[in-house]
Amino acid sequence: MKELLSGNEAIARGAYEAGVSVATGYPGTPSTEILEAAVRFRDDIYCQWSPNEKVALEVAAGAAFTGARAIVTMKHVGLNVAADPLMTLAGTGTVGGLVIVVADDPGMHSSQNEQDTRHYARFARIPILEPSDSQEAKDFVSLGLELSERHRTPVILRTETRVSHSRSLVDVSDRKPSSKAIGFEKNPSRFVAIPLWARPMRVRAEERLETLREEVNQSPANRVEWRDRKLGILTAGIPYQYVREVFPEASVLKLGWSYPFPDELIRQFAEGVEQLLIVEELDDIVEEHVRALGISCRGKDLVPRIGELSPDVLLTVRAKLLGDRVAKPLAAGPAVRMDDLPSRPPVLCSGCPHRGIYHALGKFDVVVTGDIGCYSLGVLPPLSRMDTLVCMGAGVSMAHGMDKAGEPRRVVGILGDSTFFHSGITGLLDIAYNRGASTIIVVDNRTTAMTGHQPHPGTGHTLMGHDTPAISIEEIGRACGIKNVVTLDPYDVKKTTAVLKEAIFSDEPWLVISRGPCLLDVRQRLGTPRHVTEDVCRECGVCLKLGCPALEGGEGIPHVNPMLCAGCGLCNQVCPVGAIEFEKEATS
Amino acid sequence: MTEHQTAAVGQDTVSVVLAGVGGQGILLASEILARAALAAGFDVKTNEVHGMAQRGGSVIAQVRFGREVFSPLVARGSARVLGALERVEALRQHQFLASDGLAVVSSQMVVPVTVSSGQAAYPADVEQRLRAAFPRLVYVDAVEKATRLGNHRAANLVVLGAMAHALDLPDEAWHEAVRSSVKPQHVEVNLKAFAAGQECAQL
Repeated sequence: MKELLSGNEAIARGAYEAGVSVATGYPGTPSTEILEAAVRFRDDIYCQWSPNEKVALEVAAGAAFTGARAIVTMKHVGLNVAADPLMTLAGTGTVGGLVIVVADDPGMHSSQNEQDTRHYARFARIPILEPSDSQEAKDFVSLGLELSERHRTPVILRTETRVSHSRSLVDVSDRKPSSKAIGFEKNPSRFVAIPLWARPMRVRAEERLETLREEVNQSPANRVEWRDRKLGILTAGIPYQYVREVFPEASVLKLGWSYPFPDELIRQFAEGVEQLLIVEELDDIVEEHVRALGISCRGKDLVPRIGELSPDVLLTVRAKLLGDRVAKPLAAGPAVRMDDLPSRPPVLCSGCPHRGIYHALGKFDVVVTGDIGCYSLGVLPPLSRMDTLVCMGAGVSMAHGMDKAGEPRRVVGILGDSTFFHSGITGLLDIAYNRGASTIIVVDNRTTAMTGHQPHPGTGHTLMGHDTPAISIEEIGRACGIKNVVTLDPYDVKKTTAVLKEAIFSDEPWLVISRGPCLLDVRQRLGTPRHVTEDVCRECGVCLKLGCPALEGGEGIPHVNPMLCAGCGLCNQVCPVGAIEFEKEATS
Repeated sequence: MTEHQTAAVGQDTVSVVLAGVGGQGILLASEILARAALAAGFDVKTNEVHGMAQRGGSVIAQVRFGREVFSPLVARGSARVLGALERVEALRQHQFLASDGLAVVSSQMVVPVTVSSGQAAYPADVEQRLRAAFPRLVYVDAVEKATRLGNHRAANLVVLGAMAHALDLPDEAWHEAVRSSVKPQHVEVNLKAFAAGQECAQL
């Protein structure tokens, strides 16, 4: 039977069919929907969101050490967090199949950097599989688990935005439970990486790579498609689809299992074509290797290394390589003015609890070290109230660093609840331990909002749908040694400002928890829509500085869009002349 | 553009682009289109933007169908139909449409925060520009039509109905796709909105 599945749904389906019994991860675009799809098979697969990717990989590895088949999912930057266990797991190896699903985001649709996960496969000397559509996404889970068990190695399954978030047809079948019995077998020389045993592990990893090198040349995941031999294209992952479309006449060597490199296959293919072009997204990992084999080729001299590829990008490559002329956008269409179209970046939703905190922070001359989540949107005008963003948790730790360096202004760190559990706690501990004086604000909207409302340790329920104790951010703060812990209602402008004033100008560290649920998550309005009274409004524009999408300005009196207004009441609190009222009052 | 290249990109494959603002129902419309093409026996690929989709930003979705579809991404100047639920968003994505393609644009105006906060202006002449950019244009107040049919949120189906005019998929495939994509209590209003859209395109 065929189903139309996204790459992420197909990976979950693959895990189900291949007998995976434990699936872990931390949400991150474009990987999030894998576990959300996997939990539909909760009778067969135990699924969980871990506090972060390092924990998630360790949980999956623990499961795999007992003989269970396990997958762990994350976005590319998540693998940086999980790199520590990865590098040593490459030495210990695994018993049950262990597939690490990593979703890259070329073009940075929803990421803070662009990195190529293939480097990690080479770094750790483990296999990497790269699907180019949903069918392969499903099939490669099973292939990866099988390779993992046979070669006792973790395997990386690298997907990326256009595989994860594209739908295509997939043949689905029944689940085949793993035949391995669950039970950890004591074997310190395999599982205990003290130097005594880590040295032979290091040797075994190199030997394993040699065995894998032989097998990769025969793998059905790699295939040659002979067409015209004038041009041969070596490609992997989603660019294969663009190649087929833009170079329909070319011969193709398509790699599905791309590391270790299939040298023999590459040599045969290169010998069979007049000219070799390598089309890989992001870095020139294959190209560098092909050149090291002494094979001449074209590649990054034509194909961009920055950003994502597309049929349009390959049309330009084709034009440069073969001298075809490039298609002009809208070839025969009339030109219209485009340069003055207003941009439409994503914004904090109407009624978002984060808006109250950013509005209040706007009253102080402070540096705000920010973090990763919906609240990152507070960096954009008109709020413009975040000054740094590096990685999960850095909003806390970097505030402390600025403070210790003698930054003349007060420093405030801001991060979300899920991010706090992910990487904020150790930074907070650092501030308390090392006599810091920063103010750390946790904007606690009771969910992992940006990635689509996943539960976390503070929400009181699990991915499997079970109730569990909601871990208190306040208590963690106190346990870390922070004496000044305060919780506030971000919709109360006066009190929020007063609390921040006390915290910011204190000589001691403060943990401020700004608590208000994500309205998209709870699907509620907070009150009736507001209304601007025309003869009272003086068009000062203060309300518009909140950046609320329900408050439409431009020319004349601002207008409240009643379909968008969540009735949070921030605008009527900031209006200096009392022109904004409840709709009910305005009409009565 | 040489003839050879026109043929090279997506021969036999129909490309469709949907544009709008996060929360307007772009993803649902693309799902219905994909299911309709599937019901009509085609290979299908879709592509959509996640993550920011509900945060009021520009959103696009792409659907391609045919005998065998490779790329999920649509090349510029190759879409047979462009559907938009907001007029500036239609202009923003106009480069995807083939020169003889059909544009279906809802006249709705959603003011971005960049305009409200004075960083940019919403052009006054969007309609003229749309008419200049799209020789084949269906310009319709989809929200008004959907509201009259009972649910303003079905504006996406009005636009999809008008787009169907240029997509040659059987009505039954569309109806089946609507039924399998929306909640049972919303099927009727969505089917009515779809039919209203079909009427607009025939005028």
